[in-house]
Amino acid sequence: MTEQVNLRRDYSSKLTIQQIKQMERESRRQNLGRSWYKFSRNPLSVVGIAMVLILVLLAIFAPYVTPYPKHAQAFTDFANAKLPPSWQHLFGTDQIGRDILTRSIFGLRSSLLMGVVVLVLVVPIGVLLGLLAGYFQGTWIDTIIMRITDIFLSVPPLILALAIASVLEPNLWNGMMAVSLMWWPWYTRLVYGLGVALRNEYFVTSAEVTGASTAHILFREILPNTISPILTKMSLDVAWVIIIGSMLSFVGLGVQPPEPSLGTMIADGARYLPDQWWIAVFPALVIVIVVLGFNLLGDGVRDMFAAEEI
Amino acid sequence: MSSVPLLLDIKNLHVHFIVYGGRLRVLDGINFYMHDGEKVGLVGETGCGKTTTMKTILRVLPMPPAHIPQGEIFFKGRDILKMNNTSLQQVRGRGIAMIFQDPTAALNPVFNIGEQMGAVIKHSAIRGKRSSHQEVHQQAISSLQEVALADPERLLRSYPIQLSGGMRQRVCIGMALSTRPELLIADEPGTSLDVTIQDQVLRLIRTLVEEKNTSIILITHTLGIVRELTDRVYVMYAGNMVEVAPTKKLFANPRHPYTQGLLSTVPRLTGGGIASGIPGRIPDYLNPPAGCRFHPRCTYVMDICRAQKPALFRPDQDHEVACFLYQDQPKDATTP
Repeated sequence: MTEQVNLRRDYSSKLTIQQIKQMERESRRQNLGRSWYKFSRNPLSVVGIAMVLILVLLAIFAPYVTPYPKHAQAFTDFANAKLPPSWQHLFGTDQIGRDILTRSIFGLRSSLLMGVVVLVLVVPIGVLLGLLAGYFQGTWIDTIIMRITDIFLSVPPLILALAIASVLEPNLWNGMMAVSLMWWPWYTRLVYGLGVALRNEYFVTSAEVTGASTAHILFREILPNTISPILTKMSLDVAWVIIIGSMLSFVGLGVQPPEPSLGTMIADGARYLPDQWWIAVFPALVIVIVVLGFNLLGDGVRDMFAAEEI
Repeated sequence: MSSVPLLLDIKNLHVHFIVYGGRLRVLDGINFYMHDGEKVGLVGETGCGKTTTMKTILRVLPMPPAHIPQGEIFFKGRDILKMNNTSLQQVRGRGIAMIFQDPTAALNPVFNIGEQMGAVIKHSAIRGKRSSHQEVHQQAISSLQEVALADPERLLRSYPIQLSGGMRQRVCIGMALSTRPELLIADEPGTSLDVTIQDQVLRLIRTLVEEKNTSIILITHTLGIVRELTDRVYVMYAGNMVEVAPTKKLFANPRHPYTQGLLSTVPRLTGGGIASGIPGRIPDYLNPPAGCRFHPRCTYVMDICRAQKPALFRPDQDHEVACFLYQDQPKDATTP
């Protein structure tokens, strides 16, 4: 008892607002430093992030870094068609004489754009629906959201995307819509599961009994605790979306020629296998590198959020 | 009854849980009241419905399995069960605050203490009045001070995982009290902590409650704490209030056989070793025994106990007991 009385002395903060804000900035910087430390402990994650950065930069600056930017569009040069890899054409040329390296880098643009746009569309919608359904588990809100999710999940995803893409006019944007439509249920499912577990946590009840609003509970109590699985899934999903996008263009439902796309290039090149192997193999290799890069990055993100082993 | 409404008045509250296999009749007509400034204890063995009662008061029971067929809960004259969301959010926090058993789980792991306390303080501020960053900071610090935590500046920037159990429990108490509630519900505070820390935490709660003249409902298994801290005690058994009395009277002269058994389980330093306790366990809520729910375990069981649910009898001024042993005594006028 006496010990307590001694501890409870009057103490008023002598810090100014600038000092408080300074300290808060400092602790944020520390958190960033710790995250990078955990991310970079696995060298492969660093390789992954480097690959992704290089690919993104290549895609953004494609017109300036590619040797033959004109070849990205309708262009024919039958004199130089089907040339094997050489110093002039590192990846060789295709059946109508276009530089495959150039077209691969331009194809990367639409692939990455697809990955980013699809996730930007899908994640907020999927996460919001999952949060609502999870927090209101057992009520009609949960029933409506999750049954619709089940309907979308019960259709084979590629078939659904193919069906949608073939009904709509085939182009990059409709391809994105098609993939988005089949992708959001996975985020809803993920967040729903997490939300159901989290809403019974005492800190959520604790916030409720303090009089917190539903919005506060959804976005300030539950959502922050679901961020790490969401980000991990996102970094791995970029690769998946790129694969699905390439599949769509492989069957002619994505980007339309002469606009370059990795999937279309593989489809075209497949006819010249195995003699002119480079036409199909190099675009395929680019897909492999993109997917590998994002997967390594995803592993790093997962490590970053994992609890620290002491 | 005076014209000033009671602080809390629960009337004939039933709570059922609808699960696979049927309907669990967990609360079976609870009556409970308390005056402003009173310190009330609630005791009973695990699973008797203490926490369910408290969660019902704050309406945080998950409502699809839970179901309230009848009952009223008046907080300062207003029925909590009939409130809309806005009024409910105003009662929660500023009207009634709650401290949970497990302080680790009651703090959000992804925010530091300062951010969590800031949210509570901003929320509980008077509507329309915006506190500055510095005011919130200062208020958080004084809240931490009140619960006897050293170095509050550093603590505000710590995450829950970096604190010890006792510190977390104190933070929770500080947070609950920073809203200046009129009624504090302490649900087995510190049970998950070791006994010395638990003792400190309870003494702290007592000091704070007395300083601020807050009313408190203390839920606990530890009868010694109830004896020391409360004015009046409710004894609960299997979803029924079986006995109510001022603390001193209850400990001096327990009337209900269950209370007698409960008190005899307290190990004493003098006398013959560990007490026998009460044989048997809390009944199945799916098919609770007819009549008095305690009759299968009661040594004084009579025929009437098997057939009829006892009303509250009043063997003594301000001492009420739900047991047919006292049926000759005048019946409490307020119960049917």
